[in-house]
Amino acid sequence: MVRFSQGRPLAARLLAGLAALLPAAAHAAREWNFQQPATDIARQQIDLHSFIMWICVAIFIGVFGVMFYSIFRHRKSVGHKAAQFHENTMVEVVWTVVPFLILLFMMYPATKTILAYKDTSSPDMTVKVTGYQWKWSYDYLQDGFGFYSNLKTPLAQIQNREAKGEHYLLEVDNPLVVPVDTKVRLLITANDVIHAFWVPAFGLKQDAIPGFVRDGWFRADRVGTYRGQCAELCGKEHGFMPIVVEVVSKDDYAKWAAAQKTKAAAAGGDPAKVWTLNELTARGGDVYAANCAACHQANGKGVPNAFPALDGSKVATGPKADQIAIVLEGKANTAMAAFKQLSDADLAAVVTYTRNAWGNATGDALQPAEIKAARK
Amino acid sequence: MSSIPHDHAPGHDGHHHPTGLMRWITTTNHKDIGTLYLWFSFAMFMVGGVMALTIRAELFQPGLQVVDPEFFNSMTTLHGLIMVFGAIMPAAVGFANWMIPMLIGAPDMAFARMNNWSFWLLPPAAILLVTSLFVPGGAAAAGWTLYPPLTIQGGMGMDLTIFAVHIMGASSIMGSINIVTTILNLRAPGMTLMKMPLFCWTWLITAYLLIAVMPVLAGAVTMLLTDRHFGTSFFNAAGGGDPVLFQHVFWFFGHPEVYIIILPAFGIVSQIIPTFARKPLFGYASMVYATAGIAILSFIVWAHHMFTVGMPTAGVLFFMYATALIAVPTGVKIFNWLATMWRGSMTFEAPMMFAVGFLFLFTMGGFTGLVLSIAPIDMQLHDTYYVVAHFHYVMVAGSLFAFFGGIYYWLPKWTGTMYDEKVAQLHFWASLITFNVAFFPQHFLGLAGMPRRIPDYAQQFADWNMLSSIGAFGFGFSQLIFLYAVVKCVRGNGAKAPARPWEGGDTLEWTLPSPAPYHTFETPPVVK
Repeated sequence: MVRFSQGRPLAARLLAGLAALLPAAAHAAREWNFQQPATDIARQQIDLHSFIMWICVAIFIGVFGVMFYSIFRHRKSVGHKAAQFHENTMVEVVWTVVPFLILLFMMYPATKTILAYKDTSSPDMTVKVTGYQWKWSYDYLQDGFGFYSNLKTPLAQIQNREAKGEHYLLEVDNPLVVPVDTKVRLLITANDVIHAFWVPAFGLKQDAIPGFVRDGWFRADRVGTYRGQCAELCGKEHGFMPIVVEVVSKDDYAKWAAAQKTKAAAAGGDPAKVWTLNELTARGGDVYAANCAACHQANGKGVPNAFPALDGSKVATGPKADQIAIVLEGKANTAMAAFKQLSDADLAAVVTYTRNAWGNATGDALQPAEIKAARK
Repeated sequence: MSSIPHDHAPGHDGHHHPTGLMRWITTTNHKDIGTLYLWFSFAMFMVGGVMALTIRAELFQPGLQVVDPEFFNSMTTLHGLIMVFGAIMPAAVGFANWMIPMLIGAPDMAFARMNNWSFWLLPPAAILLVTSLFVPGGAAAAGWTLYPPLTIQGGMGMDLTIFAVHIMGASSIMGSINIVTTILNLRAPGMTLMKMPLFCWTWLITAYLLIAVMPVLAGAVTMLLTDRHFGTSFFNAAGGGDPVLFQHVFWFFGHPEVYIIILPAFGIVSQIIPTFARKPLFGYASMVYATAGIAILSFIVWAHHMFTVGMPTAGVLFFMYATALIAVPTGVKIFNWLATMWRGSMTFEAPMMFAVGFLFLFTMGGFTGLVLSIAPIDMQLHDTYYVVAHFHYVMVAGSLFAFFGGIYYWLPKWTGTMYDEKVAQLHFWASLITFNVAFFPQHFLGLAGMPRRIPDYAQQFADWNMLSSIGAFGFGFSQLIFLYAVVKCVRGNGAKAPARPWEGGDTLEWTLPSPAPYHTFETPPVVK
C-alpha cells in the first residue's frame, strides 16, 4: 500500500494515480481493488467478483468489437450502402436465451455464498455491537464487560493543522478484540439512527437499526488489525466513526478478556465516594471530548445555527436539574441525544466540566448520587 | 402527409395572445411548455452541478478544507434531489412536450391547461429546495433517499424538502396523465400503436410508471412528516413502527424511478440511431416488449437497494434473481441498437456521437449493475463509491448523454437553425473524456472500501479522489460549451435548417418546416 506524506506536490500525486492504472504497480493493489481478505466469506466474495467481472469484460469486448467493426466498415464515408433488414426471429431468440443461461451460471455460486453469509448458527462467542451518533460500543455478552470505541484521530489532523497519521480516520481508542479462528456472532443494533457495521476484510456489512437487532458473523483466519467504517449516512460525523478489529491469538484473547473483566469489576468503584471539583473536571474533560465535542466543539462554542454553544449558555449555567435532565434524556426534535447509557460518575463529571469550563464558573461539583437520583 | 397548416405566430392569429413574460406564464402551447421544461431543467442542472463541484472540491484532498460536514451532507442530499427531480425528469418531460404531438401527428397535448400547470408547479418546488439552504438548521442533510430516523432529526429544511417532493410529484403525475391521454387519443389516422415512433412507446410506459409510483413516494414522505410533527410512529420502533419500512416504501418508488429516468433516453436513442444508420430500427416489436418487460420487472426488484438491512435469506435470494433478470430485456435493447447499426450507412453528426457514447457507457453502467445485483458482492459494495460510479454511468452517461443527443437532433427543427457541428463535437469529446476521468476511478475507490457520503477519507483513497475531482470540474465546465452551442442556435446564428436536416429522418416531425410553426397538425396527417 502506498502511503503519502503531507504536502506532496500535486503532480507527484497525479503521477502516482496514473501509475496505479498499470498492472505493474502491484504495490498499489489496495487502492484499486478489494482489501486483503481475512475470512472465507470475503475470499468467496472476491472470487465471485472476479468471475462475474471477467464474464462481463468478455461480453463487453465481444459486443463492442462488433459495434466498432460496424462503425468503421458500415459508414457512408467509405461508401457502404444501407441494408434494409429489420428483424430476424432466430437471432432475437438467441440473444434473449443465451444471456439468461449466462445468468443462471452466475447465480449458482452467488447463492452458495449467500447461504453461507446468512448462516449465523452455532457461534463460538457473541458480541453486541451498538451504533451511536457517532461512535460504536461493543458488549461482550458472555463475559459481562463492554466499552465504547471512539475515533482517535486528533481534530488538528482533520483540520489540516497537523500532518495526517498513517491510519488517518481509521483509528480508534478501544478496538473490538476477538480471537483468531473463532466464529464470532455479532448482534447489531443502534441507539439513535441507522448505522452500518462494515469491515471489508471480513466481507461483513450489516445495517444497525435502532429498535431492532440484526446479526452477522465472521471467522477471521489471520491475526492482525482490520479497519472499516460506518457505511450508512448517520449525520454530521458519519465519516468519523471507524471500526477497528484486533484479531489476536486465543491465548492473548483469554488474557485480554480476563483483564477487561477485572477492570469492569473495579470500575463500579465506591458509590459513596465524594468527588472533588478537580477530580470531576479532569474526568469530565475526557468524557466531553469523547461524547460532546463533536457537536458542541472542544471550545464549547458549538456551531452557529446547528449546535448550540455551551460556553455561557443558560443550560450550562442555569439550574443543575434542567441540565441533568437534558443530558439524560436528550432534547426532542434536536440532534441532542440521550446519554443515559453513560455511568453516573461519567455524567456527574461531564456536567460538572461544562459548568466550570471556558467562561462558565458556577463552581458546582455534581456528585454521582445526584445523577442516580435524577434517573427515572 | 404534406399537411402544412397556416403558420400562427403568437399574437397573429386573431386570438388575444399575451406577449413577453405573460406569454410564457399563460401559455398552453406544447412547444412553449416544452421549451420551458428544457430551460428549467438546464438551470437546475447548473444548480445541481455547482453542488456536485462543491462536493468534489471538498473531496479533492483528505482533511476538511472547503465546507463543514453538515453542509457537505446537505450538498449530497440536494445534489441528488435536484438532479433527479429538477434536471433529468423535467428534461424528459420537455422532450415529450415538444416531440410527442409532432411524432404522432397531434395538434397539441390533450390537456393544454393542465400542461401549463404541471410546468409552473416546478419553479416553486425548486425555490423551496434551494432556499432550504438558508433556513435555521440548514437544508435536509440525510441523503436524497431521506432515510428515517435521520430525517426525523433535521430542522425545517427537511419540511421544505418534503413539501417540494409533494409538489414535484403532483407535477409529474399531471404530466404523465397528459402524455398517456395524448398518445392514446390524439394519434393521426393510420398511426396505430405499433407504428408509433419508439420514443412515444417508451414515454407511454414511463408515464404509467410515474402514475404508479409517485403517489407511493408522496405517501412515504407524508409519513415522515407526520412522524416529525404529529406524533405518529410509522418509522419509530419505540412507538411500534419500523425504520426499515420507509426503505421498502421508498424503493418501491425508487426502483421504477430509475427506469422513469432511463426509458425516455432509450426512446431518444431509438430515434437517433436508425436516422444516422439510414436503416429501420431493428426488432421494433421486441423493443416495445423489452421496454414493457423492464417496466414490469422494475416493480419486483426494489429490495436490491437494501441487501444489507438484514432481510431473510429467501428475500435476499428472490431480489437477487429478479434483479439479474433485468439484464435480459436490457441486453435485447442493446443488441437491437447494434443490429440497427450493422450494415447501415452511418454518419456521425453530434446526435449519433452521443447515441454511440450512450450505448458504450450505459452498457458499462449496466455491467456494474449486474455486479451489484449479485448479493454477496453487494454486501461489500453497498453504500460505497462503486455504487456512486454505477448510477452516474447510467444516469449521466446514460440519460444525460441521450438527452444531449436528442437536443442536437431536434434543435434544427425547434429553432430553424443548424447547430454548430464543430462546437457540438467538441462538447461531445470534452464530456466523454472528463466524465470518464471523474467517474471511472470511483469504481476503484468503492472496491478499495471508500463509503459514500463522507466529507473526508483515509489516505489510501487520496489519489483517485483527486483525479475524480479534476474530471468532475472538467465535466462541469464542458457543459458551458453546450450552453454556447444551444444559445448560438436559438439566436439563429448558423446555417438555415431545411425541413429534413437528416437524410435518414423518416418520422412525422421532418414533414414540417423548420422551425416548426407555432401550431402544427391542426388537420391530422394521414399515416399510410
